[in-house]
Amino acid sequence: MGNPMKIRAAVKEGVTEVKVLMQHNMETGLRKGADGNLIPAWFITEVKAQYQGRTVLEAQFGQSVSKNPYLLFRFKGGAAGEKVSISWVDNTGDSRTDEVAITA
Amino acid sequence: MNISNVSKVFLVLSLSTSYAAMAAEGDVSDSDRIAQYREMIADGNPAEFDEMAGEELWKTPAGPKKATLEKCNLGKGPGVVKGAYAALPRYFKDTRKVQDLESRLLTCMTTLQGIPEEQITAKPFSSDQKKSDISSLATYVVGQSKGIKMAVSLKHPKEKEAYEIGQRIFYYRAGPYDFACSTCHATSDVRIRMQDLPNFNVQKDAQAAYTSWPAYRVSQGLTRSFQWRLNDCFRQQRFPEPKFASEATIALTMFLAVNANGAEYAGPGLKR
Amino acid sequence: MNMETNLERRKALKTGASFGLLAVLGAFGLLKSGAAMAEWNKAAFSSKTMEDALSAMGMSSPEDGAASIQLTVPEIAENGAVVPVTVASTLPNVEQISIFVDKNPNVMAANFVLPAGTEGMVTTRVKMGKTANIVAVVKADGKYYRTAKEVKVTAGGCGG
Repeated sequence: MGNPMKIRAAVKEGVTEVKVLMQHNMETGLRKGADGNLIPAWFITEVKAQYQGRTVLEAQFGQSVSKNPYLLFRFKGGAAGEKVSISWVDNTGDSRTDEVAITA
Repeated sequence: MNISNVSKVFLVLSLSTSYAAMAAEGDVSDSDRIAQYREMIADGNPAEFDEMAGEELWKTPAGPKKATLEKCNLGKGPGVVKGAYAALPRYFKDTRKVQDLESRLLTCMTTLQGIPEEQITAKPFSSDQKKSDISSLATYVVGQSKGIKMAVSLKHPKEKEAYEIGQRIFYYRAGPYDFACSTCHATSDVRIRMQDLPNFNVQKDAQAAYTSWPAYRVSQGLTRSFQWRLNDCFRQQRFPEPKFASEATIALTMFLAVNANGAEYAGPGLKR
Repeated sequence: MNMETNLERRKALKTGASFGLLAVLGAFGLLKSGAAMAEWNKAAFSSKTMEDALSAMGMSSPEDGAASIQLTVPEIAENGAVVPVTVASTLPNVEQISIFVDKNPNVMAANFVLPAGTEGMVTTRVKMGKTANIVAVVKADGKYYRTAKEVKVTAGGCGG
């Protein structure tokens, strides 16, 4: 089970802005560890954002996304108190879902 | 996330456009470009994860005494975290010592929780493999001083003494390179590669530098504590690495913290 | 807590975790059956050149997007480990945004699918091994557009 994310969703003039910070090492598989061996690839491959059960963003990531991935996007609609949830899965099958209430 | 942060993003986007316009006119320096980069990554600091982890550690019973740190006195009274960092280091009656945040956490972890000191100081800094508990705790505590003005006292003779020792260490030249902290940090307009170095003789520089540590280091993918930062300074000067939370590091912290007085604490920071 | 309850708890945690995983996989599965869902494109994500990556994504001949895509990147990245990228477009019906780093070992960084109602912009952060071009491809109204900007990556200082 992955580590918790930080999600912020704020609605302004009918548009909800979502900012997500995920907690993940995003190892490329090309980096050597202290022992001289390659550190195995370990990265988030898919992300999905849902608002009230409706998908508002889908993403696929490769190894080039930074450690602790950051996302910012905006969708039309949203009201204070409604929920936005973010889910990810990584290349090892690990996953995480967190949700947050939209603030005005 | 509040609206001011949202508008900050718009500001950053519009700033970058204006930087691009400036670049076209050819009058933008590399320092400006780096400032632009820093603004663009300022939002979404992974140090927040260490703050979360530290808060959990603070509130979770641990050690042989199965106690939390919620009775830990950081100088503002037992359990008071808010604003504590902005007044550290300070003299503590119970230990009869001037202590910085990390040495004080060490006191609380050993006395309240009964964790042996050697267990904590064996690996006090985070690594790729393992985050350091004391470092996460420190990140949580400093976050609770965000926006609070630095007000480190020099009233107690021991505090004054620590400041003076710290000042001497800052200017003390030694080691194979005949180096001091002041070699890099007491002159304006010097830099290492692309980084402009703060001049601690200039109040604004001294304040900006101190109030942005501890910080998440992008290049290392880790949140670094103030003790780590000083340790790294000594390492770069080719000095022997100081003992974790030693009197020398606390004295140097005292000197740097007092020079930052009056500025709002802004950490945990986010750095290259 | 005795050993038995500890074990029980661990079992419960394990079951809980796998339920969580199933729920997420289930949610992804549901989406994949929908028309808009893009699979994790292994060929594209392991492409070593822009040409291969674009071809694997079915974006072989995108139109010039210099005017229609606003690609915001720093001119200099103080550290290549974190390079902020914002791709926005004023084109109507932006359906997809893809981000590439043309000199990375694997050039494709991320692909975003934007359903109707989601604004045609996204910000993320990518790694860059060295100075390179960040390439953005936007799909709007079924057509692909491409633009690029160079980001200089500095080695950074030595610990300060």
